[in-house]
Amino acid sequence: MRQLKAVIIDEAGMERTITRLAHEILERNRGAGNIVVVGIRTRGEFIARRVAATIERVERVALQIGYLDITLYRDDLLGKLEQPQLKGTEILFDITGKDVILVDDVLYTGRTIRAALDELMDLGRPRTIQLAVLVDRGHRQVPIRADYVGKNVPTSSAESIRVHVREVDQEDAVLLMHPETPEP
Amino acid sequence: MPLHTRHLLGLEGMKREDIQLILDTAVSFREVLERPIKKVPPLQGKTIANLFFENSTRTRLSFELAERRLSADVLGFAASGSSVAKGETLKDTARNIEAMKIDMVVIRHSAAGAPHYLSRVIRSNVINAGDGAHEHPTQGLLDMYTIREKLGRLEGLHVCILGDISHSRVARSNIFGLLTMGAKVSVCGPATMMPRGIENLGVEVYHHLDDVLPRIDVLNVLRIQMERDAGRLFPSIREYHNFYGVTRQRLEKAGRDITVMHPGPINRDVEISADVADGEHSVILQQVLNGVAIRMAVLYLLSSMN
Repeated sequence: MRQLKAVIIDEAGMERTITRLAHEILERNRGAGNIVVVGIRTRGEFIARRVAATIERVERVALQIGYLDITLYRDDLLGKLEQPQLKGTEILFDITGKDVILVDDVLYTGRTIRAALDELMDLGRPRTIQLAVLVDRGHRQVPIRADYVGKNVPTSSAESIRVHVREVDQEDAVLLMHPETPEP
Repeated sequence: MPLHTRHLLGLEGMKREDIQLILDTAVSFREVLERPIKKVPPLQGKTIANLFFENSTRTRLSFELAERRLSADVLGFAASGSSVAKGETLKDTARNIEAMKIDMVVIRHSAAGAPHYLSRVIRSNVINAGDGAHEHPTQGLLDMYTIREKLGRLEGLHVCILGDISHSRVARSNIFGLLTMGAKVSVCGPATMMPRGIENLGVEVYHHLDDVLPRIDVLNVLRIQMERDAGRLFPSIREYHNFYGVTRQRLEKAGRDITVMHPGPINRDVEISADVADGEHSVILQQVLNGVAIRMAVLYLLSSMN
């Protein structure tokens, strides 16, 4: 069992953070004209929906939104005992020429993003791909950085970050958990 | 949640949750087949040998395509013109190929049980691509996938398999799979094509097509296997067509919206009339496409079971 160390973002904080991310995305892209939003399953899917909803509200536009299941592109698939259940990629529009806002909950080693970039490149040729994450916890293993960061959280790699979203976990919160302690 | 098996030898005795997992996983691969680049990398670095000791075009191409679309390396093998013609045993052939560091074997063989035997003498994952008149599990799975795609479910549907049940591995795999998934299954055909005791599997037996048509949701039409000397099982092709040929007229008379399937290759105007095969009831070409997705799912799921 992991014990809670700190609440990094609470319910109201989540709302504010996502609103700020949406405004940064709009500012950098000078509006939502060429933007599509793609969330990485599973938690990134919910963050992506909220970022997209905020952009839609501010700009009064309808955005195309899709979801990426990067399982087939993982680099640790072979030799892994627990094969993750495929949830499927759902991108029902052409990303070629678009500015793709790739959304995930936590940026950690960067390997998930590497896999997502490979899959996106196989789906088309976007004009740009920009990465938005709710939390950047450091410890990168590949040279990847985010364009939009909700919150930078210095962590030790023994700790873990849990992102809770209302749709699945009945609450919005980002929690920092202590390292796993062996059962007494 | 992984499969409960390292090999896919047949659908007889296969757990319902395993079938469910394969069908659900295939949905994701079906999406991959719609992409501009129809290829994903999960089997990169794996080598798969396709041992086809018996002729096949569709199944072989389908497996090969599925393997390549998962980025596996593919070894082909056809019995004619190989060391098998020189008298090498199945065990030696397989062990020699396995010595070249392969990971999975897809086998088609005219002897029932050949894949099961192989799974005991080699270390690779073994997939049965048809063994004699015994089983053809990926065909059974792709048929179930196609039914589920068209009608939204399997549970509670009534599926009839029509034709030479005795000599059909497709029929057996369909019967086992569909019953496990909660469908009702009937078989229909002349008595000469009905194996004794078939009703003990839990299926209803019909000898008149017009009796069963008004009761069913899906009709799976088997091919008359002329190359297996099917001619001695009925007086003439014309007579077979008159009694068991699936025609538009017959389907309309049944008064139900029946989905028509066929594992291919079709004998047009023998077991199925051309206008039905090409008509709106038919899902025959969807079966072919879904076959690739099902085989991708099976290969992908088994690849992690070492």
